[in-house]
Amino acid sequence: MIKKILIIGLLAGVGLIFFDLFNAYQGSEVLGKTGRYYAENGADEVGAANLVTAVIVTYRGLDTLGEVTILFLTAAIISFVLKFRREDFIPNRPVRITSELLDSASQVIVPVIFMVGIYIFINGHLTPGGGFQGGAVIASGVLLMIMANPNFGISHKVIAKVESISGIAFVLIGIMGIFLAGGFLDNRLLGLGNLGELFSAGVIPIIYTFIGLKVGAELSNILGTISHAQNEKN
Amino acid sequence: MFIAIAIVIGVASLISGFIAIHHEKLSVAIIASGMVSLFASVIFLLLAAPDVAMTEASIGSGLTTLIFFYVLNKIRQRND
Repeated sequence: MIKKILIIGLLAGVGLIFFDLFNAYQGSEVLGKTGRYYAENGADEVGAANLVTAVIVTYRGLDTLGEVTILFLTAAIISFVLKFRREDFIPNRPVRITSELLDSASQVIVPVIFMVGIYIFINGHLTPGGGFQGGAVIASGVLLMIMANPNFGISHKVIAKVESISGIAFVLIGIMGIFLAGGFLDNRLLGLGNLGELFSAGVIPIIYTFIGLKVGAELSNILGTISHAQNEKN
Repeated sequence: MFIAIAIVIGVASLISGFIAIHHEKLSVAIIASGMVSLFASVIFLLLAAPDVAMTEASIGSGLTTLIFFYVLNKIRQRND
């Protein structure tokens, strides 16, 4: 009884706090100081038609590097925790037969999903989305492949190579920015080009391609590891 | 019009959240929790944040749901 009263009291307290916040909220018609700077100078300084990308890759590029590192750590920890000995492993576990629909659909749709993912990260500086979104879309293509064939193994060699090459390239481009342009992860290494063209905005498309490959490889690796762990004997 | 769509989607996501918590079959609960993410991604799209919507749709309702299913499968194997 006391427990229930405590829970209700706690909920009422949280509700009160949020009601207060909600009441005090006033939507503002003008941008804040930082936002206004980005909106006014972003297109000229960075040359990206998509301002969100300009902020994520250039102005807040260091944060993005941190996020990518966190994702890498997560993938590494999952692989480490789900490691098991070879003798506990069933090479081909019995699985339910995949339905005709899923099987045919995976063969038709997977290449299209990969293409959409690659489109999203290559056009990150022009259209909504970018490396993280494109990588997640690619990983959902891998997910469909795993669902259609549960014993499908992901090559860890390929994943490791793609992942490490793109990570190193991302940091190298950032460091080159210190020497050849204004600072770490400055995108003016290459010319800014015309606003709205595919080859514009300096190195943003290159960085976003590497981020997309890295994120796609990491998420696919997580999926592959978890799928692989299903083969463990109990 | 926008508010009407937003209310419908909000109510639908509340209902699927309720199903996710209270349904007896765990597989139905997992699918319902994936549906919450799907409705959330539609709301993000309505709020003019297509990039967030993309992430939510692919990670929230795609990858997370599958990982939940794998864990469920593992728990069932252990209990047999």
